Amino acid sequence: MPLIENGKLVEDRFTRVADEDEALPASTPVLVSLDRFLKEEEALKSANVEVGLIWPNNKPIAEIAPYLPRLALVALNFPTFRDGRAYSQARLLRERLGWKGPLRAVGNVLRDQFLIMARSGFDQIVPAKEADARAFDEAMHSYTVFYQPTGDGRKSLLRARLGRSATRKGTTGEAA
Amino acid sequence: MYVYDEFDRAFLAERVADFRDQVERRLSGALTEDEFKPLRLMNGVYLQLHAYMLRIAIPYGTLSSDQLRRMAHVARVYDRGYGHFTTRQNIQFNWIKLEDLPQAMADLGEVGVHGIQTSGNCIRNVTTDQWAGATPEEFDDPRIWAEILRQYSTFHPEFTYLPRKFKIAITAAPKDRAATKVHDVGLRLHRNEDGELGFEVLVGGGLGRTPFVGKSIRPFLPVRHVLSYIEAIMRVYNQFGRRDNIYKARIKILVHEIGAEAFAEAVEAEWANIRDGALQLTDEIIDDIRARFLYPDFAALEDEPAELTAALEDPRFATWYRNSVHKHKVPGYSIVTISLKPVGAPPGDATADQMDAVADLADAYAFHEIRVGHEQNLCLPNVATRDLPELWRRLDAAGLATPNVNHISDIIACPGLDYCALANARAIPVAQEISKRFADLDRSRGIGRLHVNISGCINACGHHHVGHIGILGVEKNGQEFYQITLGGRADEHAQLGTLLGPAVSYDQVPGLIEDIVDAYLELRSSPKELFIDTVHRLGVEPFKERVYATH
Repeated sequence: MPLIENGKLVEDRFTRVADEDEALPASTPVLVSLDRFLKEEEALKSANVEVGLIWPNNKPIAEIAPYLPRLALVALNFPTFRDGRAYSQARLLRERLGWKGPLRAVGNVLRDQFLIMARSGFDQIVPAKEADARAFDEAMHSYTVFYQPTGDGRKSLLRARLGRSATRKGTTGEAA
Repeated sequence: MYVYDEFDRAFLAERVADFRDQVERRLSGALTEDEFKPLRLMNGVYLQLHAYMLRIAIPYGTLSSDQLRRMAHVARVYDRGYGHFTTRQNIQFNWIKLEDLPQAMADLGEVGVHGIQTSGNCIRNVTTDQWAGATPEEFDDPRIWAEILRQYSTFHPEFTYLPRKFKIAITAAPKDRAATKVHDVGLRLHRNEDGELGFEVLVGGGLGRTPFVGKSIRPFLPVRHVLSYIEAIMRVYNQFGRRDNIYKARIKILVHEIGAEAFAEAVEAEWANIRDGALQLTDEIIDDIRARFLYPDFAALEDEPAELTAALEDPRFATWYRNSVHKHKVPGYSIVTISLKPVGAPPGDATADQMDAVADLADAYAFHEIRVGHEQNLCLPNVATRDLPELWRRLDAAGLATPNVNHISDIIACPGLDYCALANARAIPVAQEISKRFADLDRSRGIGRLHVNISGCINACGHHHVGHIGILGVEKNGQEFYQITLGGRADEHAQLGTLLGPAVSYDQVPGLIEDIVDAYLELRSSPKELFIDTVHRLGVEPFKERVYATH
């Protein structure tokens, strides 16, 4: 599956290791579930490889805090694109827990959500569809106006509007 | 009126382009129907029983005459010549063809009107008192705060895929015309002892299949914190609201399951982290939004002009005046309610010609402004009192002067089985038949204030739980049956109705309602005691005895 990091198609350095059967690969960065991470905590430590953790979307994100110093990547999951819990987790991870490392969206990740993922703090996206990966740039530029501030640094209208006053423009087409 | 600026217009254009692209990708097969559905819903497009339905947002119920005229145009050109005003201050077009949708949307977009977030699991159109800015009762114009919330919630990146839909209502008057206690969040604007403006915050109200009255989780929230507090509520709900069962996904279930206190604690803990952050509203920001609301240039007029005194000698005008006209905060002006409940017509429907007529009257007498109330009536909030006789004559000529506001025939009803894919039973024909039975104005005036609410299924779009008389359509062995509740109310004393007795068949409903009314007339302590107060005083038992004895 393609990986987009900060808008560019890149090679995924991390090997996703399933919960069962597979042995931990030697000397390549791995991306593991929380279950496996906890089960093989010691093995992962002694292997001395970079570790990425897929944090489940039904577990409070605050609980990830003790593990963060050992992580090279955090991935948050969208079991379906309609399940929006990971947006809150992403913002809390960035804005509350101060995570500066890569933050990856995995699961049912579709282009119509790319922009709100970026606004919530994701800088890595694994699109579920090849065609969506090619449309990344277009999807990210579909809007230039953002009403509300998040931690993404984009200018929001809450501030941008300041300093201007209303002008009477009659009632045609201006009001809502 | 709130005046859109270049940012609002740019956003709307981008949203229209985004949706056009999504429709094209759906048609090309790049998007599956499952993937497309939430996207079209968040633009107001539903697939109904017979056709696509387009739901258009009327933010906080405020419309300009040009916007209403454009809705008439859409009704005439793309629909069957009428539109339906809903209980959430929106308008629905029930018969639009899919291929006409983009053009209809573009036509509406030209006057700053859209369907954004009128559906889907996001923060919906924020509703408020239809008398906002005009009633002397209010502490502030609630639309300022509704607009701040509209902007904040529009395409919010974190809260676009919530467990379920999310509805916020605001009242700025002690008398609640916005049903804030039966919304996911209700905000009650008032002043504290120091004269500071703030909100009481209620959460977890709602109707549907599991009705609850909202619980107060904060008695006073200074207005500058409203966005951070709402964000804290949304964040707790987004993470912990149930997603395993669509019928248990509303915030009311979360609040009920963990308890209002635990919920409030979670919100307060989250809020403590963000209250002094980027969402705090400075006076500058509030003033900037406030400055974009333009108010009429009111003249200094007499409160009781000679024109009014003379007209009141006409009993038909006097009847309408006493029923449909209310006090304005500016002397010499009045608030006029336009009943969309003429006897025998579907509640809340307006024809294209009627919309044009109201738009013309708003231009002539009401500073180009129209409101939509959750009772599915229209309102001209700013009319010079001396113009009332002339306005009434023209309303009457257009069939829009039925003096039945708040009467038993001023029924709130959902579209029901005539339109809706979810309905079990018809709602509109039931409303039509009841209004015919009480068509006699002397009779309905003698009954006084009495709200009848009808829903065609347990999703409760007709708010039957909070009707003084609530009627719920259910299906039994392929037949339509109706459960009747008494004593519900949606105002500041909100409560849910009590079941009267066994469900009755479609044909029995109007007669049963007449029996209930007869029982009330017999039981009330005096003609001054309203129906709702009699039910409150006596409970449903005496009604049950009388009504079921005759059936």
